Amino acid sequence: MTLTSYLLGIIGALLVIAVVVELLRRGSLRERHAVWWLIAGLLALIAAIFPGAVVWVAGLIGIEVPINLVFFVSIAILFLVCLQLSAEVTRLESKTRTLAERVALIELEVRKSRSHDTADDEGSPTRGPAQTGSARTAGRAPARSSGRDRPTGTGEEGS
Amino acid sequence: MDSTPRRLLVVIPAFNEQASVADVVAEVFSKLPGASVLVVDDGSSDGTADEARRAGATVAVLPFNLGVGGAMRTGFRYALENGFEVAVQIDADGQHDPAGVPALVAGLDTADLVLGARFAGEGDYVSRGPRRWAMVVLAWFLSRMLRTKLTDTTSGFKASGPRAIRLFASHYPAEYLGDTIEALVIAARSGLVVRQVPSAMRPRAGGTPSHNVFKSAAYLSRAGLALLFASIRPASTYRIEGTA
Repeated sequence: MTLTSYLLGIIGALLVIAVVVELLRRGSLRERHAVWWLIAGLLALIAAIFPGAVVWVAGLIGIEVPINLVFFVSIAILFLVCLQLSAEVTRLESKTRTLAERVALIELEVRKSRSHDTADDEGSPTRGPAQTGSARTAGRAPARSSGRDRPTGTGEEGS
Repeated sequence: MDSTPRRLLVVIPAFNEQASVADVVAEVFSKLPGASVLVVDDGSSDGTADEARRAGATVAVLPFNLGVGGAMRTGFRYALENGFEVAVQIDADGQHDPAGVPALVAGLDTADLVLGARFAGEGDYVSRGPRRWAMVVLAWFLSRMLRTKLTDTTSGFKASGPRAIRLFASHYPAEYLGDTIEALVIAARSGLVVRQVPSAMRPRAGGTPSHNVFKSAAYLSRAGLALLFASIRPASTYRIEGTA
């Protein structure tokens, strides 16, 4: 192994760690997603600094060609990350589903109360921002005269 | 908010059904006086929501397509929040006859969930070939699981009582086949009582059921998977909210 390839390994591993840490720092990567990448980076760094360690561990488990250990661990980590992401997508899907259902029902309520407002409270000029609830029912029948020209369908809450 | 007693809610999941939804809504209103109708527009790109609204239904519009399961869970949640005691699912394609609803609702006296079954004597629905076999196998499994005789497990024509509404408002599955097979497994695991009553079905307005062997095999294996995973999910998944 030349010095260049030795340094290349270390620089590559440091780069991975630096990128992960930077993403974490900026908040564009959450800790639980970063864990595997950090582990991968640290393992790569150890293997780069002490190539003998890989050979030693490979011999310990009985892997004849040490590089196969590197491949095995890399693939295992990538596999775990993929699995984690799939699980995350599933969770997100079920959350969006719940949100979509809620939105549909809230929209329904909004539409209903809006049509109630335009049908019942059309032109009740006494209603101010502070008056809610009881004022809504109290100020319903009288004062039909003014406010007729107001466009229907718009929210009157802010007036 | 009016405070009139509202018991029966008819939920109609609809995806691009602008041609038939208004007729179905009108038919429900004429045959089931006193029932409320909620059409859940499952992200349609056509005028389904407007048609349903014009026909007098309450319409909940999902922002994108979720499948029947998502639409139905919206319906169950609406039923729960608005104090309905019975929720009946009717398809928007006119396949289910609203005249059969009282029979389903009557079945709820002794059960939490009542299925309207197509093969149980009434009606002229015929299914043949591999798809039929697949359905028989499924029916056999689910019958054992629910300790009742079921012949048509994929029926969309269902009535849910208060307990079922409470369960399904939080646990109605959205996956393919989830709204039929998995929902039954969930019901079984939560201790709901399920029954079926015979009910007539009209031929579907569009689309013919396939009789392809491979499609039926795929259907059965997907259904089997849905069944399996629903059975081995942790028990805490299906706890009914608000009960011990």
